[in-house]
Amino acid sequence: MEAVMRQTWAFLFRGYHITRRYIGWVIVFNFYALVTSATVALIGVAENNYQLTLTLIVGALLWNYLSRLYEEIAMSIAYERWEGTLEYTFMAPVSRAVHLLGVSLFSLLNSIVTSVIVLLGLMLFTNLNLRGANLPGVLVVLAVSTVAFVGLGLFAAVFPVMSPERGAEATHIFQGSLLLVSGVYYPIDVLPRWLQPLSAISPATYTLSACRKLFGVGNSGSTAEHLAGAPLSAVWHELLVLALMGAIILPLGLFVFVRIEAWAKKKGKLKRTG
Amino acid sequence: MQQPAIQVRNLRKSFSKRTGFRKKSELLAVNDVSFHVMPGETYGLLGPNGSGKSSLIRILSTLLIADSGYVRLLDFTLPAQAEEVRRIIGRVSVDAAFYKKLSARENLLYTALLYGQKAREAERRVIRILDQLGMEDTKFSTPLEEMSRGMQQKISIARALMINPPLLLLDEPTTGLDPKSRRDVQSFLEDLQAREGTTILLTTHDMAEAERLCVRIGFLAHGRLVAEGTAAQLMRRSGAQTLDDAFIKLTGEELVEEEDEMALVED
Repeated sequence: MEAVMRQTWAFLFRGYHITRRYIGWVIVFNFYALVTSATVALIGVAENNYQLTLTLIVGALLWNYLSRLYEEIAMSIAYERWEGTLEYTFMAPVSRAVHLLGVSLFSLLNSIVTSVIVLLGLMLFTNLNLRGANLPGVLVVLAVSTVAFVGLGLFAAVFPVMSPERGAEATHIFQGSLLLVSGVYYPIDVLPRWLQPLSAISPATYTLSACRKLFGVGNSGSTAEHLAGAPLSAVWHELLVLALMGAIILPLGLFVFVRIEAWAKKKGKLKRTG
Repeated sequence: MQQPAIQVRNLRKSFSKRTGFRKKSELLAVNDVSFHVMPGETYGLLGPNGSGKSSLIRILSTLLIADSGYVRLLDFTLPAQAEEVRRIIGRVSVDAAFYKKLSARENLLYTALLYGQKAREAERRVIRILDQLGMEDTKFSTPLEEMSRGMQQKISIARALMINPPLLLLDEPTTGLDPKSRRDVQSFLEDLQAREGTTILLTTHDMAEAERLCVRIGFLAHGRLVAEGTAAQLMRRSGAQTLDDAFIKLTGEELVEEEDEMALVED
């Protein structure tokens, strides 16, 4: 058990020191996340429409959290290919579950930091006031949807294992597709009809729907001074779907990763740095 | 009778290579190779680029799965007991693969933690190894990207040894090093072998290195082990005066020093 704890810590230790060494880029990425979120939220401010502003703020905040979480996990293998360390990580006597747990924990910490920065920034750019929002409920929804998004990250992480050349590109296509169909900034029904069914299989759709209710978006009682957030019981349907998705996607993602790793070892795909 | 520490029998590994639109050809990287390495022995595999040396090391390192054949390292067979094998091997590859922005200390502590070791104990061990390799303590906090290739390779050797493995797989560990670093590494390996009795499988292009370090040597060409024996036996068998000439006579090939044979054999 002690050894497993140390192995998990290894990925946090590595992530911390890499972040420290690339601190300039970390600041740039967080600045960019803040600016793009503020740019979107200011569309609502320009319209002088608090409900629209809140819709966009919740979308920007949650997308920053979920996409960063997904991206860090999905790209972890691609980063190792670029550094040339993938073979050494795969050669270490660490189970894939512990490896991916360590990677996911660091990604989670990273996502939380980015989300806090974006939230504080949005409070500067808009007159965002969270009084009345069901924030504990939002945290519950985020905790449940985190499991599903970690699973999606694991699924996407297999692309760089499969293809040194195209893997990293595929993870971004997948991420872009989630942004398109999940109703991050607009209602799903504005999508072309043929695209709308895809939103039902994206965990982000349910996360956003639940969190908007908990923030009080769409509730006529919500004002700029005081939000009328829904109770947690109002989002049980979304929570149930997210919990089911997490229970399926996470173990399935791990299973697929392990199978693809074995395939890559047969085909000699671990070697090249891409 | 003593069991070999490494036993390889009838090992085969092929890669498919794209040769045109919808056309693929099979390339045999390792072709029916058999050899063994006794405990405490240093065994050398010599071969030109594309002869299958790195593929063989990768199979033994659990990074490649062979098409067929038998591989046993101490008490464990591959690929069935890959998890156990990973605990008993240390590997040094021709390219010192590290997080280049991180310091030597950070890279090595990461590896120690990955192997479930206590950071402080691992750090003490590493400093001792680096000292034996002729490296100053002050370099320990230097980012890898600021180090010469020789220094990076010494860190790579320290990484492989910090877990105290009974089996060491060295894939061209001195390729590209300056003469002094090359000598430092070779002396260190001799000391290690004498002191710890570590079993070493070494691939190299360097005949002098093979003669100096290896008890027995195998010549690889086109994925086949074409000859095996002590340096003296190989020279006697081929009627050559030098190991270099023996290699040319027995394999019909010349050794060309390049860094990466795998680019030739993988698709």
